[in-house]
Amino acid sequence: MSVPPDHLAYPRRKAGLDHDWFVHSPVRERPKLQWPNGARIALWITVPVEFFPLDQPAQPFRPLGALDRAYPDLWAYANRDYGNRVGIYRIMRVLDRLGLRATAAVNAAVAERHPRLVAEIVRRNWDIAASGIDMGHVHHGGLARDAEQELVQRAAAILRRASGQPVEGWHSPAHSQSMNTLELVAGAGFSYVMDWINDDLPYEMRTAAGPLVSLPLTHEWSDRNILLQHELMIEDYASQVMNAFRCLDGEAKDHGGRVLSLSVTPWIMGYPHRIAGFARLLESICGGGSVWPATGAELAAEFRRQQARPR
Amino acid sequence: MLKDPGRYAYLPLIERPKITWPGGARVAVWVAPNIEFYELQPPGPFWPRTVPDILNYSHRDYGNRAGVWRVMEVMQRFGVRGSVSLNAGLCDHIPAIIDACVGLGWELFSHGIYNTRLIYGMDEDQVRAMIRDSVDTIRRKSGQEVRGFLAPAISSTETFLDLLPELGIRYTLDMVFDDQPMPVRVRQGRLVSVPYSFELNDIRAMGARGFPPERYAAMAKAAFDQLYEEGAETGMVLCLPIHPFIIGEPHRIAALDEVLRHVTSREAVWLATAGEIADWYLAHHYDAAVAFAAEREGQR
Repeated sequence: MSVPPDHLAYPRRKAGLDHDWFVHSPVRERPKLQWPNGARIALWITVPVEFFPLDQPAQPFRPLGALDRAYPDLWAYANRDYGNRVGIYRIMRVLDRLGLRATAAVNAAVAERHPRLVAEIVRRNWDIAASGIDMGHVHHGGLARDAEQELVQRAAAILRRASGQPVEGWHSPAHSQSMNTLELVAGAGFSYVMDWINDDLPYEMRTAAGPLVSLPLTHEWSDRNILLQHELMIEDYASQVMNAFRCLDGEAKDHGGRVLSLSVTPWIMGYPHRIAGFARLLESICGGGSVWPATGAELAAEFRRQQARPR
Repeated sequence: MLKDPGRYAYLPLIERPKITWPGGARVAVWVAPNIEFYELQPPGPFWPRTVPDILNYSHRDYGNRAGVWRVMEVMQRFGVRGSVSLNAGLCDHIPAIIDACVGLGWELFSHGIYNTRLIYGMDEDQVRAMIRDSVDTIRRKSGQEVRGFLAPAISSTETFLDLLPELGIRYTLDMVFDDQPMPVRVRQGRLVSVPYSFELNDIRAMGARGFPPERYAAMAKAAFDQLYEEGAETGMVLCLPIHPFIIGEPHRIAALDEVLRHVTSREAVWLATAGEIADWYLAHHYDAAVAFAAEREGQR
């Protein structure tokens, strides 16, 4: 028995990474970022606003949270729908009370199905980012380039029309991309993406259709990972987020502004048994440090401004 | 297929030669940062999702951009050296990390070329070529002679252990059958199994199972306390396998601080590297263990 010879050949084994979207850059060695008012932490809250179709395809894979029992999985469908009917409004009340705005990463299908929900997001001047068509349409390596381009452009058009916003941000459903996604997203007029989880800070990506800013949307301490995937309690979520906050806040003193990304899902965090814990967490973060609340569009713009500044 | 790997003798905890550590230490503690390179588009199956698996690839990249520097800082705070489970390809891709490891006096051992190249199905010449490549690459970059091996992603073949001594390797971490070093039966030469950890590995405890960092720290401290107590009778080993993309995340790094603070607060602890443990065992205990095992098997 042996393996094919290409298993012992390493065509991309050289200095740097094995792709060309950005160069390797240790986070500690970059020029210091300075947030407005000298804040140490940019607090960036992202709320995924999703539609999980009842006829969820099993291929190429089911996103975390997608319906996965026998068709028709009414139980899970309704649970996800709860987020758009009830949960998101609880999250909005908490953020309104604290004077915070979020980035809503919206599936285009939600804009078509629930114009009222989009109106409430727009009324609050939240930043709307496009998150594909719906959770049944993941972007992946098996997708033909034309088909993927159509998905990107359709989602962009629907969300720009529905919101009246420029919709500068893109978040692929389930953080999934093909080799073409970044270029297609840049080509459709987006300026920032939030799919890669390799950094504490914004950084620039290059594509054949122009540059993009990658924002460090958390997956590791998202409610989806801690509360859904690992089935822990709101106290465990809050404690891990506070750990991250303390670590990043401490590092900011020596290394420049840091980003605390929160990802809170209406159908997970919006339940009555969790929302008060989430509100207390936000109060601690806003009260205990030096925080600049920013949306994704604001964070990306501030990053670009500082990159362009002569040094 | 084999029913039993046939690599080690049955030496129950209650009946085996006593192990003593330098300075009369009860426990040898070693920390194994797995510093890895994962390919975006590997030639064989690896990623849980379709390629490119951006979520999982970029998570691992976090370790090399951000996490590894935090891990180094915490270990340095407590004077703990790492024994690095190193994908040798990283010497080519991100040599600055290797320079930093060498600067800290850390030991490097081979974890193959890439974690995305599993060894399942390789013939012996292919395994030899891959390990020799990794050993040569690490020597060229760091000046270190590689003494240890852990197969990439803990993949395996029936015979790869036989090939390690001929490539200059003295210790393996591929089996977690004991809390003490043990001789490993190989075709020729001598090979020691240095204890690694299964449940205490951060990628299992906090990655796969999602335990909160506080619970992970409590587990690791409990393991240390138990081994420290048992170490009054015979020397034990505690290994903490860690991954910069897991424990080096900002919501988890305090757990490493907590564990190392605890471990370094006790007197009778040998803060060792895996190679030092293997060398000590080879020099003082290996022959006795082999003779003891032969005698027991003869009596059966």
